[in-house]
Amino acid sequence: MNSLATYLIVSALLFSLGLIGILLRRNLIGMLIAVELLLNSANLNFMAFNRFLTPDPVVGQIIALFVMGLAAAEAAIGLSIILAFYRKMHSINIERAQRLKG
Amino acid sequence: MRMETSSLNIIMQATFWGTVALTIAGASIAVFPRNILYNVLGLALALTSIAGLYNFLGSFFIALMQLLIYVGAICIAIVFAIMLSRPLHLETPPRATPKVAMGVAASAVFFVAAVSVVLKTDWLPSPARVADASLWSVENIGHALLTRYELVFEVISLVLLVAIIGAVITAGFSRRLSS
Repeated sequence: MNSLATYLIVSALLFSLGLIGILLRRNLIGMLIAVELLLNSANLNFMAFNRFLTPDPVVGQIIALFVMGLAAAEAAIGLSIILAFYRKMHSINIERAQRLKG
Repeated sequence: MRMETSSLNIIMQATFWGTVALTIAGASIAVFPRNILYNVLGLALALTSIAGLYNFLGSFFIALMQLLIYVGAICIAIVFAIMLSRPLHLETPPRATPKVAMGVAASAVFFVAAVSVVLKTDWLPSPARVADASLWSVENIGHALLTRYELVFEVISLVLLVAIIGAVITAGFSRRLSS
């Protein structure tokens, strides 16, 4: 346990699950959930490198905190866009968003 | 005494692998079921067990922040969005099989590439590294946040303020337009 490779492989697995979610879901909220998975896998990488490799073991934790703050901002904006989209289209299926297609 | 430490070690190992299994199970629940509520609950499970992994990495503070921000704020916000948009009534037909195969293949390619890079690289700790557990403490994080990283800290709070105002305007203006 507790080796760097274990954490990196878990994080790669989380990232690929999130990638599958982004590529396959058409529900906008489902895609947002997948984006949260991607951000968390990046965060897990930062924390693992911070624990095992870096010269200054504070930097990775601070970057993880910043990523969490940005993820909160992203979730707020994304959810409000989803609400606006739902009010206009009465659906949150991404394939209904084709007004610019003409 | 030797027996006790080895059994403690086994318990630690079992807890670690259980946390890893919970993480992956939660992520799968967050991606694969078609009911969006199951997805949110799976996301909450995955985020909670990632907080457990942070605890294994020796950073209790970040684990608490993960619970507070992700599980406590973002999951609740997503549940609110589900409540307000009623997506449960709007069933979509399943994806065509070639598209599913292509998506799964793309992420499988990424996974294989990342895992082979991880396993082939010889990870060496930095020579300047100080292996002192006191450096992980909350005091050091707070000190770094308020000295070296203070500008980034302030900019993050500005970004959050702009995001909140933008969210209010985006969700509010469309209501005025549609009604």
